[in-house]
Amino acid sequence: MSTSVATPNEAVRAAGSRGGVSVSAAADQSLPGGFIDTTTVGQVTVADPVMGARKVNVHYGAKHAIKDVSIDVARNAVIAFIGPSGCGKSTFLRCLNRMNDTIEGAKVEGLITLDGQDIYDKRQDVVQLRARVGMVFQKPNPFPKSIYENVAYGPRIHGLAATKADLDEVVQTSLQKAGLWEEVKDRLDHPGTGLSGGQQQRLCIARAIAVDPEVILMDEPCSALDPIATAKIEDLIDELRQNYAIVIVTHNMQQAARVSQRTAYFHLGDLIEVGATEQVFTNPRHKLTEDYITGRFG
Amino acid sequence: MSKPTEIAGRMTSQEKVAASLKRRYWAERRFRAYGLAAVMIGVLFVVLLFGTIIQKGHTAFEQAYIQLDVAYPADDIDVADIASADFQAPIRAALRARFPAVTERAELRKLYALVSTAAPTTLQKRVEHEHALIGKHERLWLLAGSKTDMVMKGQVDLTLPEADRAADDQELGWIGALRATGDIRTRFNPQFFLSGDSREPEQAGVLGALVGTFLTLLVTLILSFPIGVAAAVYLEEFARRSRLTDLIEVNINNLAAVPSIVFGLLGLAMFIQFFGMPRSAPLVGGLVLSLMTLPTIIIASRSALKAVPPSIREAALGMGASKVQTVTHHVLPLALPGMLTGAIIGMARALGESAPLLMIGMVAFIVDVPKGFADPSTVLPVQIFLWATSPERAFVERTSGAIIVLLAFLLLMNAIAVVLRSRFERRW
Repeated sequence: MSTSVATPNEAVRAAGSRGGVSVSAAADQSLPGGFIDTTTVGQVTVADPVMGARKVNVHYGAKHAIKDVSIDVARNAVIAFIGPSGCGKSTFLRCLNRMNDTIEGAKVEGLITLDGQDIYDKRQDVVQLRARVGMVFQKPNPFPKSIYENVAYGPRIHGLAATKADLDEVVQTSLQKAGLWEEVKDRLDHPGTGLSGGQQQRLCIARAIAVDPEVILMDEPCSALDPIATAKIEDLIDELRQNYAIVIVTHNMQQAARVSQRTAYFHLGDLIEVGATEQVFTNPRHKLTEDYITGRFG
Repeated sequence: MSKPTEIAGRMTSQEKVAASLKRRYWAERRFRAYGLAAVMIGVLFVVLLFGTIIQKGHTAFEQAYIQLDVAYPADDIDVADIASADFQAPIRAALRARFPAVTERAELRKLYALVSTAAPTTLQKRVEHEHALIGKHERLWLLAGSKTDMVMKGQVDLTLPEADRAADDQELGWIGALRATGDIRTRFNPQFFLSGDSREPEQAGVLGALVGTFLTLLVTLILSFPIGVAAAVYLEEFARRSRLTDLIEVNINNLAAVPSIVFGLLGLAMFIQFFGMPRSAPLVGGLVLSLMTLPTIIIASRSALKAVPPSIREAALGMGASKVQTVTHHVLPLALPGMLTGAIIGMARALGESAPLLMIGMVAFIVDVPKGFADPSTVLPVQIFLWATSPERAFVERTSGAIIVLLAFLLLMNAIAVVLRSRFERRW
């Protein structure tokens, strides 16, 4: 990481500055002693959020990966998580459908809700949660099965389709929504891994929406794709917004600006700034956000 | 200090590179030659091994037969009680008729030994099968004795003086006379594959050992594959890393290196003495070999599971598949070919194992072909061991013959593994 930040030693959270939700318009958050105030600035809450996080902390063993993050995810909108590598944006994303449960030594504290219910509650079934909060990964990872089987897998394990005809319909609508139907309708029995990278990623999106989730999490979905495939996925994300809340992690700031309505900037485990995408990119309120989006580091 | 720099300074970098090229190419050629030599030595030994075994053992699949005109006297054979009739007498009579000059007792005994002691049984079976033969006579091919057999196969060194030779001049004369009239010949010997062990080399076969091996390996496979795979899946996919799982892992790795005879002692103490299971039984043999094979299968299965890309697990979990669904629907099918390979390696090792089976009594001389898992039996490697230590010269070819059968069994198992693997292999 470049060291052109105002502080020579990387920004360290000032003790006692954990304000949680706060709105600040200060352009320079430098504190005495070379510290930077990492209290979240901007609009954290939204009206009627589908998901909400309050004071979430994640530890990987001794590493404090996510520090006191609070943020809401709005319905029928795209929120982009941006930030330099290792800033915790993917980690936080994986908290939203409890994918961190599978990592040994990961400990999640704080409150994360889906429709007002704590998803880390003991009574919350993780299988059911993941049916409601779908996920698309960085590398396209279709199952080594046919295109049809890839999309049908979710509805099948969750018992969403009673008959073969129902299942066929779910597969068709999911592939149509993912913009892949026209390309694959004649070869549904072909292996999903035989598609191009962009098609594979759209297949993964179709697979995710086949179980009709409320939220779709996307972890850098275009980082392995060429610009044309990326453009198609971005168009698709914009369409999917009609029906789903989408959380997308991206390294590509242009992409964040193009597809999202809200943007959150993460830095070394802190949520630095969150707000309307246009505002964050044109008029960042935090010095770190400004440095990052103007390309001074990251 | 300054001198080497000066000398080096006269050469440009490109010249230095050019100077080093020759050395590098030479090193490369040398390295390839070492590799090739190693491979060639390996191939040479394999060819030598197979060459000697096949050259020594192929004769075990043939056997000498003598044609005699035997009578079934109606006076001696009672249709109601065929089993009690003396079938040795007609054969001896036929031999005496063939060589009327032989009258002395000792010589007669040598003459009778031309034909195997199994020959009367052949006659008995003929009569049991066809009662109409009683009172008639027929020309019949009878199994020759082991000495006759060795002479026919050229295994008796005729250049030796008579006293040192396995067959004396008189016996050679008889065999020569039979050969002259076409009444002796060697042909394919189905008995080698259809009968159990015997004290008489010409009657000894591998069927008992083959069936014993099959039953033992079946027990081993049925026990060790599911248990091994289940243990590997649990350790790899479900167990959290803790001191206990670390301890288990270390123990499994150590068990894979324990000498096999120790497992035999364990089996003797536990299965036979403590649980009171039958001795020499394929069931106990299979249990002991399972103990020995389990670590191999667990280790291979775990590495097969580790090789499954984590993205597949994430994809399934992200879809809301439960842990078990993720494993059974996605991880296991991808890991199965690797697990099968591991199982076959373990089974191949079990197939060739004799030491632990000696401990549990599978080294006994057993004539009957085992009919079940609790019947006393032996296995091919132990049969080879038994024959190799037999004093009769004619067992040498049996030993090599049994080795050929063992190797064929091994090849068959590997072929099955290859077929299974390609069937289960991820097709895309």
